[in-house]
Parts: sequence; structure tokens; C-alpha cells
Amino acid sequence: MFKKFSHGMIERNVLLLGVLTLITISIGGLAQVVPLFTIESTIERVQGVRPYTPLELLGRNIYVREGCYACHSQMVRPFRDEAERYGHFSLAAESMYDRPFQWGSKRTGPDLARVGGKYSDDWQAQHLRSPRALVPESIMPPYSFLDRPLDYRSIQQHLRAQRALGVPYSEEMIANARADLETQARPEADGTAFATRYARARQGAFDGNPGVVTEMDALVAYLQMLGTLVDFRDVTPEQLRQQ
Amino acid sequence: MPTKIEKDSVSGQMTTGHEWDGLKELNTPLPTWWLYTWYVCIAFSLVWVVLYPALPITGATGLLGWTARGALPAQQAAERTRIEPMLARLRAATPEQIAADPELRGFALAGGRVAFANNCAGCHGAGGQGAVGGFPSLADDDWIYGGSFEAIQHTIRHGVRANESDEQRGIAMPAFQTTGMLNPNQVSDTAEFVLSLTGRSTDAAAVTRGEALYTENCASCHSDRGEGNRDLGAPRLNDRIWLYGGDKAAVMRSIAYSRAGVMPSWQGRLDPAMINMLTVYVHAMGGGE
Repeated sequence: MFKKFSHGMIERNVLLLGVLTLITISIGGLAQVVPLFTIESTIERVQGVRPYTPLELLGRNIYVREGCYACHSQMVRPFRDEAERYGHFSLAAESMYDRPFQWGSKRTGPDLARVGGKYSDDWQAQHLRSPRALVPESIMPPYSFLDRPLDYRSIQQHLRAQRALGVPYSEEMIANARADLETQARPEADGTAFATRYARARQGAFDGNPGVVTEMDALVAYLQMLGTLVDFRDVTPEQLRQQ
Repeated sequence: MPTKIEKDSVSGQMTTGHEWDGLKELNTPLPTWWLYTWYVCIAFSLVWVVLYPALPITGATGLLGWTARGALPAQQAAERTRIEPMLARLRAATPEQIAADPELRGFALAGGRVAFANNCAGCHGAGGQGAVGGFPSLADDDWIYGGSFEAIQHTIRHGVRANESDEQRGIAMPAFQTTGMLNPNQVSDTAEFVLSLTGRSTDAAAVTRGEALYTENCASCHSDRGEGNRDLGAPRLNDRIWLYGGDKAAVMRSIAYSRAGVMPSWQGRLDPAMINMLTVYVHAMGGGE
């Protein structure tokens, strides 16, 4: 009986081959997934993470549309050299409202998880238009076409779709989505109500032109908030434990 | 279709029994060294899944209790302990004192070079050469806010229009055309006068008209003959170094819509020792005063 169970036998029986392949592959998957079953929540209990503002959300959509994740990760790993270069390692909590997440798996360009505030708005816009004008050694493609007007007619549906996936956008946020988007892109607009809905969100003429809301405005607004929501000066090691 | 398994007369190995148009496949066994390495790997992995996170019974940490996050603080602390004596000296000294002490200066230049590449080179260029569009060169002696150790350190600490502290650099230049202070013809005349400061004007009448406009609107910050004013961060206009380009169109655009470059404040992001190292490094790039 045991002698029959041979290479030749598996090769001749498609069903058996399929079942044994499934079992072999499952072992690798289970080794990654099962230990997490012993943790109640992988999300750290830190303060400050909020859903994206409407402008940031559309900027994020452009980030996905242009495939920025193919060259830029958003994941500072818990290694000393990465912490030296990029800052505190990324937390699960910081991407809990990302649908889908943008951790990425390859760095042709630098990690962007904490790029917010590292450069000026003007630098981000100019660099996106013509990367080599500012960084001659860069191999990033130019994105000057992003200076076209942003299509935000369906912004409420975008927020609703995110809410259906579990992001806690309130009725008030959805009702004011359009106004909030325009407020954030115009530095002189009254941002009192906007600021109560989205803590630590910054208004600005992100592309240097406050007259028109462009795709560049949205993308720069998104880049400038990356990694800035959690204030790590207040975070204790206890809050970072996943348990 | 499998035929009969037989011994190959040339190699002495058995065949698999597969045959295609007379070609038969050899069933050569794996090299012994390879096979035993494979067995050792399997044995190693059985030990590994127990020690490290993999099995439900040993939880999310494995028997060793190891996590990447858990291991990091110890590594960081060990490195911090190793370099802290030097960092403490760099923190306690002023940039002048660091530059005067050969040992400290060597460390500051080496550390400053790395910190510059990570934090400053994006805007100011890998060699501090700057870029047109509001990113000043740090390798020449044309300084907007001053090139002394103290001035460089202040700019790094507080940034320019960074909205993070009261000590930041930068005041707002008016947008003369947007606010209606000058009409487009007057902007053009003023630009002609600015070009004449470097001998590049082509319209003498416009220069004369522009001079009066310049004296009234621009001289309070940029000085009478375009010498600039470092206390206000008003750049020199009488040299050939231009932040936003020096042709007439660029100068007119600056006058009409104003310019307001932003540099982040680095005080909260970088260790004071690192800011001192960067100060010494930038000072040594070619234009230090």
C-alpha cells in the first residue's frame, strides 16, 4: 500500500495532485495568518488618525490611478536604519482607513509613509511637474498633466463607498463633502466647520493657484498629510502593543 | 506514453519510462549533497516555526517572544549609547566651536553630509547647487538670510514661512498687480528698472519710469540699488543670481503675483546635534561667512 504512494501515482492523478498542492501551499499561508488569531486587534491604540478629507481622498485616488505604489512604498519597517531615515515605523492604525492600503512592496523611489511636511507644497507641485528640474538624478516620470481641473462631481459617492467599506464618514461629512473639498483648496476660505470635521487638516493653495481646484491640488494635499496624523511625542510603548 | 523503464546504455542511469518520438528521458537522481542540504533545511524550518511566530499554540511571538517591533528599541538604544558621547559634544558646542575643533569638525561634516542628503538635497540639490523655482543655492556666497553660522542654524531650526514658530524667516512680498498697486504697464516698467541693475535693460524710457515706481514700492525692502536686505529676507536684485529666473517674464511675474518660498522647520524633526552638524556642513559648502 505504502509502496503505491509514489511520485508516479501523484503525477497520474489530477485530483490527488490538486489536493496535495493545496495542502502544501496552505501551510505557508497559515503560518502567516494563524498567529494573528491570538491577537484581539492589530490596530494600535494611538490618537489622531482620522478619515481622509474629501480633497485628500481624491488625491489618494490619483495616487492609485497613476500607480505611484509601483515605485513608492508607504511602510516604514521596524528596522533601525529605516527609522533613522524615515522616522517612526508605520503603525497598522495609520492605514486603518486605507481602502485599499498603499503599503507597496517595492522601492524604486523613497518610502512616502512620512513624507508629509518634509517638503514645501511648491516643491511637491514643481517636482511632480518636472522631477529632474529639481532632482537631476531622479528617474521619476513627469506628471505635469495633473494641472488639469479636478473632477469632483461624484465626491459624495466616493465618501459613501468608503463608508460602505467601514470608514466612519458621518452623514454631516458626506453632506458637506463638496464644500469641504473646495474649502481645503482655498486658503482664504472660512475653514472653521471644516476643521471640526477633519482634525489637523491644512488648507492651502497646494499647486500655487488658488483659483482652480486641480488634480495637483488633490495629490499634493494627500502627500502633505501622509504620516502626520499621529503625534509620536505622546505615544507610549504600551499603546503600540498589538494584543 | 510511458513505455518500459530501462537502463540507458550510455550513462548507466535508468530512464523514466517517458518516450517522445524515440527520445527517452533519463531519471538521474539528485546529487547526494543537495538532497541532504534539503533535509537539513526541513529540520531547520521545524525548529524555526516553534521559536518564531508561526504556530497557533505559540501565539504571535513564538517561544522566543521575538517581534521586529520588540527588538527595535534595544538596537536603537545600543546605537544611541555608542554615539551619544559625540552627539553630546556636538550638542553642547556652537557651530563656530565645532568648525574650529578638527575632531568635531570631521564628525560634523560626515554626519552633516548624510543628513543633508536625506533632508535637504531634494530642494537644494545633492551638492547644494539649488534649483530655479525658489530653491536657493547653498554653495555660493549669495545669501538671502545670511551665511554666518548663526544665521544658517536659525534658518534650519525655524524654516521659512513654515508656520511652526514665531521665529521663522520670511515676510510676505505684496502681489503688486493682483492687489492693484501696479498696473501691468507699471509692472513692466519696474521689471525694466530691475533688469537695468544688472545692465540688461533694453528700454531707457521704461527704466526712467520704472525707477520712480521701484523707489516707491520696492526700495524699502530690496534697497535703493537692489542690494537686498537680509533682515527681511529680501534677495539681492543687482547680481546675476535669480531664485525664480532672471529673464523679464520671470521678474514681471515675481512683481505681479509675488513669491513666497517655504522651507520646513527642522527643529522638531532633527536632534539639535544634527542641526549643528548640518550648519557646519552647509557653511562649508562654499559660501560660509
